Amino acid sequence: MTVSRSAPDDRSIEMGAGISEKTVAETAEERISYLRAGHTLRSWFFTTDHKRIALLYLVSVTFFFFIGGAAAALMRADLLTPEGDLLSNEGYNRAFTLHGVIMVWFFLIPSIPNVFGNFLLPLMIGARDLAFPRLNLISWYVYMVGGLFTVFILITGGVDTGWTFYTPLSSMFANGNVVLAATAIFVVGFSSIMTGLNFIVTVHTLRAPGMTWGRLPLFVWSHYATSIILVLATPVLTISLVLIAAERLFGIGIFDPALGGDPLLYQHLFWFYSHPAVYIMVLPALGVTSELVAAAARKPVFGYWFVAASSIAIALVGFLVWGHHMFVSGQSMYASAVFSFLSLVVAVPSGIKVYNWTATLYKGHISLDPPFLFAMGFIGLFVVGGLTGLILAMLAVDVHVHDTYFVVAHFHYIMVGGTVSAFFGALHYWWPKITGRRYSIVWGSLSAVFIFLGFNLTFFPQFLLGYLGMPRRYHVYDPGFQVLHVLSSAGATILGVAYLLPFAYLFYSLRNGEPAGPNPWGATGLEWTVASPPPKHNFETIPVVTRPPYDYEIEQESDAG
Amino acid sequence: MSGVIDLWPGRASVHAAQVDTLLSGFTALIIALSVPVFALIVVFAVRYRRGKPADRTHPMNRNVWLEVSWAVVPFLLIIGFFVWSLMLFVDLHRPPADAVQIDVVAKRWMWKFQHPGGQREIDELHVPVGTAVKLVMTSQDVIHSLFIPALRVKQDVLPGRYTTLWFTADRAGRYALACAEFCGTDHSTMRGTFVALSKADFARWLAESDTDMTLAAAGAEIFRSRGCSGCHGPAATVHAPPLEGLYGKPVPLQGGEVATADDQYIRDSILLPQSQIAAGYPPIMPTFRNILDEEQVAKLLAYIKSLATESPKEPR
Repeated sequence: MTVSRSAPDDRSIEMGAGISEKTVAETAEERISYLRAGHTLRSWFFTTDHKRIALLYLVSVTFFFFIGGAAAALMRADLLTPEGDLLSNEGYNRAFTLHGVIMVWFFLIPSIPNVFGNFLLPLMIGARDLAFPRLNLISWYVYMVGGLFTVFILITGGVDTGWTFYTPLSSMFANGNVVLAATAIFVVGFSSIMTGLNFIVTVHTLRAPGMTWGRLPLFVWSHYATSIILVLATPVLTISLVLIAAERLFGIGIFDPALGGDPLLYQHLFWFYSHPAVYIMVLPALGVTSELVAAAARKPVFGYWFVAASSIAIALVGFLVWGHHMFVSGQSMYASAVFSFLSLVVAVPSGIKVYNWTATLYKGHISLDPPFLFAMGFIGLFVVGGLTGLILAMLAVDVHVHDTYFVVAHFHYIMVGGTVSAFFGALHYWWPKITGRRYSIVWGSLSAVFIFLGFNLTFFPQFLLGYLGMPRRYHVYDPGFQVLHVLSSAGATILGVAYLLPFAYLFYSLRNGEPAGPNPWGATGLEWTVASPPPKHNFETIPVVTRPPYDYEIEQESDAG
Repeated sequence: MSGVIDLWPGRASVHAAQVDTLLSGFTALIIALSVPVFALIVVFAVRYRRGKPADRTHPMNRNVWLEVSWAVVPFLLIIGFFVWSLMLFVDLHRPPADAVQIDVVAKRWMWKFQHPGGQREIDELHVPVGTAVKLVMTSQDVIHSLFIPALRVKQDVLPGRYTTLWFTADRAGRYALACAEFCGTDHSTMRGTFVALSKADFARWLAESDTDMTLAAAGAEIFRSRGCSGCHGPAATVHAPPLEGLYGKPVPLQGGEVATADDQYIRDSILLPQSQIAAGYPPIMPTFRNILDEEQVAKLLAYIKSLATESPKEPR
């Protein structure tokens, strides 16, 4: 155990944010699991419990994941033939725009932070809730308002600019619901900002006694770094979208040269947000992987401080590389040289993490349970995604592969191969904590393997397509590319089935799974010291932390043969 | 394409071969950096599987020198490739002075090309091999991007400004040409053919192509018909800057700055005349934005360029 329980003192009573006074009667209520504390709809939709809000998010992001996935399925079916028989040109453009908008803003960005960050951050640092529980609930509602806008756009015909909304196409030429789409993203941005702010304040103010910065789980470090980006970058996106709407609705010349504007200005603003946004999507996944690797190996993460600091370094340097999206845009050659160099620098902290995870396994006690398989899948795909990112940072090569399938493959390796694998890894690792039930290890392992194989079959051919010169966002294409496209679509079918598989056995486990007990993986961390599912207010008494994180020494001594 | 799956696209220039070599070398490096990770994960997962007896004494939890080394060594190796790729990239931005200029106007959803001799083509670009060709490109509407995979080159084409792309094709053949920047409904049909011809074939093609007059002569025609000559011509009485000998020279502006009379400056002076006023002249030039399209502006530019070697007439 990493924790000794102390009697309640004044401090512990103050710690629980949102519960100002604690009476004896409430103490008994606290032992009831958060799932059983209230059964009405009201008790869910007006809850301020971070764990229930996390579940609200889990249901909502899963919903959007499948809408975005359906759009991807349409595209992959359409691309089976070079003529694009299934969709019209316009229909295809709307499908990939919808796929991008939904996956980026309504799945990837909120996925790990708003589900697992919400659920685990207070549990991991020994707090009873986030610093601002009501703000947390509002952020879900704001997210849903943005989501409803998106569904409305879907029903009324869609938008055809690509998720990047490049000007002057989006501001003056496109004929879809550009302003509505911009509004949806504008609204959901506020949800991001609220969550980021909430996490930062929580980590600063609600750590349990003894939970020093050097004892924070790496999951918390990565969410802290993510929150910095959420708070600093999102407003820039918000501003850019307002400017597009101003040009489109009122003809105010900002980006369209015919009105006296500058189209490249938009690209600078957009990527100043959207490159850091890539790190919003992947940093939480890196944090998840650190937890999964340590728990699977029953060892402390190798080089804790390097891994923690690398999250912060990625968050900061990530703000300085946006120009690598613009090497062929007409940007100055000298600017491109600097952005290329900085893009290589930002790869260093990611490399440190990967090498350190590998070193963590050395002399460990490695379990091959589903969470570990997902973590290994994550590392494999993240490494391929990261290293092909270095290829893209090479100026002369980027001139050739920019805006081709090579780029599409690269960022899917990071965002889908990486982040979605980590999302499933987190789901399989903390599912027993969230629901109190165990699921089938065999089925979990199978879905980890199929997601890995299906993913590679879908996206590896796209690297080849890109280098051969297949531009992205092409609905009809040169027949010479068909074989690779068919392979990719075949992989997508496997991937789609593999993504649906967990639905079956996880739902089955809800009723039929064995009770998990507080710590089914034998892991360290405060979240594993409370019951599964955790009681409503997490900790009966605020724990006092006395040991470093990932302190597996005791177990190691007991079975070191 | 020859096989079922070709791993390399066709190559039509020395630059393309250099980019392929750079990519091959760099791919070898990143494989060398990543294979140890994949191999060790598998080895460790097998050797240190839970419950399996193994030597687990003295596990390491940190080693600063090891960590610094695997941060710094790969980085230094990568920097070598950064310099190599930067050199190739700089080449792409330094067209030789004697390059043949072809004007490109992109518009949804077609590519228009104008040769100096006045030959015009749509969605097909003919060039001679062994000759440096410089494309000066602009867009009539949204952002497009000219992509010629066989040359490993691509350049965005922006409305309101000129971007350039140069290359020397060295292998005759027909290759793909495509728009790479999403430009709306029929983006994926904005494709064409890049045709590299031997010098003799190219000369024949030029001769056979319909053309009444050279680009510069067509520009001179517009110069008269659109009334430019009324102010800028030799017989004009209005106080307007002379255009003879202007191209490529510094132009003092009102307010003390100095501009260079390059393509962009002359284009802007025709379409956005109030943006940069030459010092000593009244700001009376009207805009031709709704009168001339980008192809006509390119012709005027060719005409003004043809005056570059003439000496200015008497100041008016």
